[in-house]
Amino acid sequence: MATIVVLIVFALFLGAILTGGYNKQMLARFRSHWLWDWITTVDHKKIGILYLIGGTIFFVIGGIEALLMRTQLFYPNNDFMVGRTFNELLSMHGTTMIFFVAMPLLFALMNAVIPLQIGARDVAFPFLNALGFWLFLCGGLLMNLSWIFGNAPDSGWTNYVPIALNEYSAGTGIDYYVLGLQISGIGTLIGGLNFIVTIINMRTPGMSFLRMPLFTWTSFVSSALILFGFPPLTAGLFLVMFDRLFGANFFDVAAGGNPVIWQHLFWIFGHPEVYIVILPAFGIMSEVISTFAKKRLFGYTSMVFATLLIGFLGFMVWVHHMFTVGMGPVANSIFAIATMAIAVPTGIKVFNWLFTLWGGKIRFTTAMLYAVGFIPTFVLGGVTGVMLASPPGDYQYHDSYFVVAHFHYVLIGGTVFGILAGVYYWWPKMFGYLLNEKLGKLNFWLFFIGFHMTFFIQHFLGLFGMPRRVFTYQPEDQVELINQISTVGAFLQAVAVVVLVINVIYSYRNRVPAGNDPWDGRTLEWTITSPPPVYNFAQLPKVRALDAFWHEKMNGKKELEPAEPVGPIHMPNNTHLPFLMSLAFFVSGLGFVFRSNEVGALGLIFVFLVMFMRSFEQDHGYHIETDEIEKTEKGASV
Amino acid sequence: MSAQVDRTDASAGLPAHPERATMEGRNKVLGFWLLLGAETVMFACFFGTYLALRGSSMDGPTTQELYQIPMVALSTVILLTSSLTSVIGVHGMHQNNYKKMMFWFGVTVLLGLSFLGLEIYEFVEYVHEGHTFTGSAFGSAFYTLLGTHGAHVLFGVTWITTLMIQARKRGLNLDMAPKFYLASLYWHFVDVVWVFIFTVVYLMGKVS
Amino acid sequence: MSRGKRLALLLSTFAIFALMLTGCQEPAKSVFDPKGTAGEMNLDLIMTAIYIMTFVCAVVMIIFVYVLIRYRQKPGDNSIPKQVEGSMKLEMLWIIIPIILLAILAVPTLSTTFSLAETPNEKDALKVKVTAHQYWWEFEYPELGIKTAQELHIPVGKKVHFELTSDDVVHSFWVPELGGKQDLTPGQTNTMWLDAKEPGVYAGRCAELCGASHALMNFEVVAQEQEKFDQWVAKRQKPSSEPQTAEQEAGKKVFSQNCMSCHAIDGTKLKTKGDKAPNLTGISERNKIAGLLENNDKNMEKWLKHPDQIKPGTYMPSFDFLNKKDMNNLKAYLESLE
Repeated sequence: MATIVVLIVFALFLGAILTGGYNKQMLARFRSHWLWDWITTVDHKKIGILYLIGGTIFFVIGGIEALLMRTQLFYPNNDFMVGRTFNELLSMHGTTMIFFVAMPLLFALMNAVIPLQIGARDVAFPFLNALGFWLFLCGGLLMNLSWIFGNAPDSGWTNYVPIALNEYSAGTGIDYYVLGLQISGIGTLIGGLNFIVTIINMRTPGMSFLRMPLFTWTSFVSSALILFGFPPLTAGLFLVMFDRLFGANFFDVAAGGNPVIWQHLFWIFGHPEVYIVILPAFGIMSEVISTFAKKRLFGYTSMVFATLLIGFLGFMVWVHHMFTVGMGPVANSIFAIATMAIAVPTGIKVFNWLFTLWGGKIRFTTAMLYAVGFIPTFVLGGVTGVMLASPPGDYQYHDSYFVVAHFHYVLIGGTVFGILAGVYYWWPKMFGYLLNEKLGKLNFWLFFIGFHMTFFIQHFLGLFGMPRRVFTYQPEDQVELINQISTVGAFLQAVAVVVLVINVIYSYRNRVPAGNDPWDGRTLEWTITSPPPVYNFAQLPKVRALDAFWHEKMNGKKELEPAEPVGPIHMPNNTHLPFLMSLAFFVSGLGFVFRSNEVGALGLIFVFLVMFMRSFEQDHGYHIETDEIEKTEKGASV
Repeated sequence: MSAQVDRTDASAGLPAHPERATMEGRNKVLGFWLLLGAETVMFACFFGTYLALRGSSMDGPTTQELYQIPMVALSTVILLTSSLTSVIGVHGMHQNNYKKMMFWFGVTVLLGLSFLGLEIYEFVEYVHEGHTFTGSAFGSAFYTLLGTHGAHVLFGVTWITTLMIQARKRGLNLDMAPKFYLASLYWHFVDVVWVFIFTVVYLMGKVS
Repeated sequence: MSRGKRLALLLSTFAIFALMLTGCQEPAKSVFDPKGTAGEMNLDLIMTAIYIMTFVCAVVMIIFVYVLIRYRQKPGDNSIPKQVEGSMKLEMLWIIIPIILLAILAVPTLSTTFSLAETPNEKDALKVKVTAHQYWWEFEYPELGIKTAQELHIPVGKKVHFELTSDDVVHSFWVPELGGKQDLTPGQTNTMWLDAKEPGVYAGRCAELCGASHALMNFEVVAQEQEKFDQWVAKRQKPSSEPQTAEQEAGKKVFSQNCMSCHAIDGTKLKTKGDKAPNLTGISERNKIAGLLENNDKNMEKWLKHPDQIKPGTYMPSFDFLNKKDMNNLKAYLESLE
């Protein structure tokens, strides 16, 4: 049945593309539709918005999953969502939040902001950038389809084997996980690669490495982590896929396999992943704190080196997720010390933020509230991190609610607070109007209180012997009240998210134009119009110092000196190929999920076909002529 | 991007390093190096998995019983030679010598194909001896590592062939130059991975 | 940020603390109240870490609160603050102090890690082989020739040397009051030691997601004085497993027809000794059925009839096809096992 559906979809798809089955009129109508513009866009600003929308949708899905779980845990022995259903919820919640919420939302901000911050007209690989987005979306959709077709993945976001093998996880749940992540993982990898090259090659004259804004720096390091962190996941996912689909024996003990290999590969990826999602948040905090304290970032250079050091050490510590696997005291000790070492550069960051605030003139906008709320929250997440680094302590904390509390402090208190700060901060730049501050502050306080209410007490749940990933607890465990408080907190966070959505709608209806520079900004993105024109900079600016815009402002100028005369600007053409290629990946993934290897292989062949179509295409882009630029710039200044 | 060189005129002759003459070319070269970095990590993971599982041959033949060094050595020589021919091809490109470039890349493709042929022959032999993908953890790890490499060779052969077809239509220009350069870079990478396979899989497999 | 809002935040934080304190005066099993040497060693380190980290948090919070109050922008004040690049001295300070703090934590960390990994002396320790299954625990005392399930008996004051492995997926063995956890991985045997310093019943949990009933894979550790433990051992070595009444006799027959291929009962002349499910020798003396339900007649019937409703995904099939008489006989037999 499923195979037939897939085959039909595939045939339609093939027919439409290859034969041009629709008539010319249809094609023209298609092409003039606004949706076609978004599907084919290669503009980093639009792709940023697409990431924002995609990430938000998955955020709502992941959030609902969390609420269902917290509801189940309201009473001991509750029977609302038990057994495999609960395992599916926790697996999908974790996977969704990490891969389809945190990363795309950060990519949204990176896309929207980095080219502007380094004074570039575009990213290095606009095509790959678009492809990255569509692959992420296809991967996310594929995985969430599992709710509709049969069963969802049920082995946790860590997908430990053997529980993830056919023998113990019947049905196709884990296949959705494996293929969904594989596809979106490719997207993430090329997204990261694109940012590295963009930052290295596309900086405007004068924008030396040590003049780059910290958000660009942290995104740069984070992209490097993606580049070297994702391949182990790719490799690991291949092994699971081969075991599940083609009868390989990597993890089957009876045939000589070893399940611990997966744990290593997963955490060699998994730990850098934590830094991939936290480092850009650090960058956002640095920008926001510096702007709203009206002060240069304290210890900029040491911040940069701390970032690099965290990135480097991030690869050296994966075994601290595996202290209880039984690798012996020597391995555990080495990785314990390496893990503790990360506290030093992280500490540098926290104190540098505090001393950026010191002596400043602090304005409490919503973005700043999130940034300020982030500091104590993240410090709590950080210190529990150091506590976890000590193996004898970890033997008690490991896989208990203590760990749950810890990583939610880091991932929500760090990443999500960072993303929300970034969204409030850059929203006017992305869309041209401000978000309402009153609703924003309400949103912050609800979220902040709800968050601490949910997770602070979970530290104690863990220390009182409640393992993580359990769908219930016994009355005699005496942890009912803590669980209930936690659940109430979770719903408070949900209310906060609703307020955020209302804020977006309200602010859209009552648009307050932002102007170029609503926050008295310091970096290049605030020198151009909001939203920026398609080419970003009519003339590339000449950067003369760190915080380039602020530097010019202090010297009594209103804008940066241009580094080039006005001239025609080269821009890449829109293309539908990234979308097509992702669709082919999607079909291939679906084929493998339904155990129809022919469809899977066909999809892959089509992927390569599109690749060759792209290779043969002579796409030289187009030029925006000088008079058009001048017209746009004049229109903007009026 | 604005500082792009007009590429419509290919006959004017290419600059000394055509692959880096345009912004696009520079981006591609850097991006490709990074991609190779990521690929290295992925292969490292497969190597690690192989090393962890190579002892688990269960009922099938062990590494010592299985490997035939002379044939593998021949494969190695073929692949190393193809790396050399691709260098000569790029050299031809730098000299703006279209014919030389095409000839040597053609030789590279042929050598790549013969390598693949040998590898397929080898796999068929192994399967006959009871060394299969599903038979043991060792089999799974072996075929995954070598299969991934083989797939890379296949992709490289197809890629270079495609580029040659394109070059026949369009000639050698600033658009094509980075493509050939990257393809040869990729080919070297595939070659280096093979050197590691030869050492870690075959030689160490014979010794241990 | 208005004063009212800050107050609200402060109050709500306190409210959470207050609720928490009333709610968990006596949590059933707490890492903070260890009953064994390993647990005490863990706790020592946890407390060291907590003290150091409280100090760090306090320093950060003091600076944080001071800065937020002192450096707010006053209305009408549009002056530009001094742009400071950084301070070598200060930055060195917050590099060196954390290193010192971490060193203070690292030294006991290393020594404790190695002490916990020591293999206890053969003579002074009791050896127990633990095999985890979906979703039950098998305990074997190789030196004593005993096999049991779900309920682990140990003597007080003696180190227990565990050899841990799994029959199917990865599980994790955790008795919070006695010490930390250790994974049970198929194809691999891990070791750890624990002891109990006072008699009592300590709750155990599986801590690694292992399937649908991961949350219910509970067990108990019964720590007894040496004398009582020896009595228990003697009884397990010579169990009374033969039926005494006609009813029990009939129950044994039902057992041999339906249960024997998976469950074993020692001390009987049953043809096979199943090893796919818990060993039921002396089950009437266990505190719980399936590690979960109170051991009484009603629960026994509930479990036999609908095990899947109690432990989702369990391999135990439902026996609600047994007629009332067979069921009663089977229960009578099982409840006679001592």
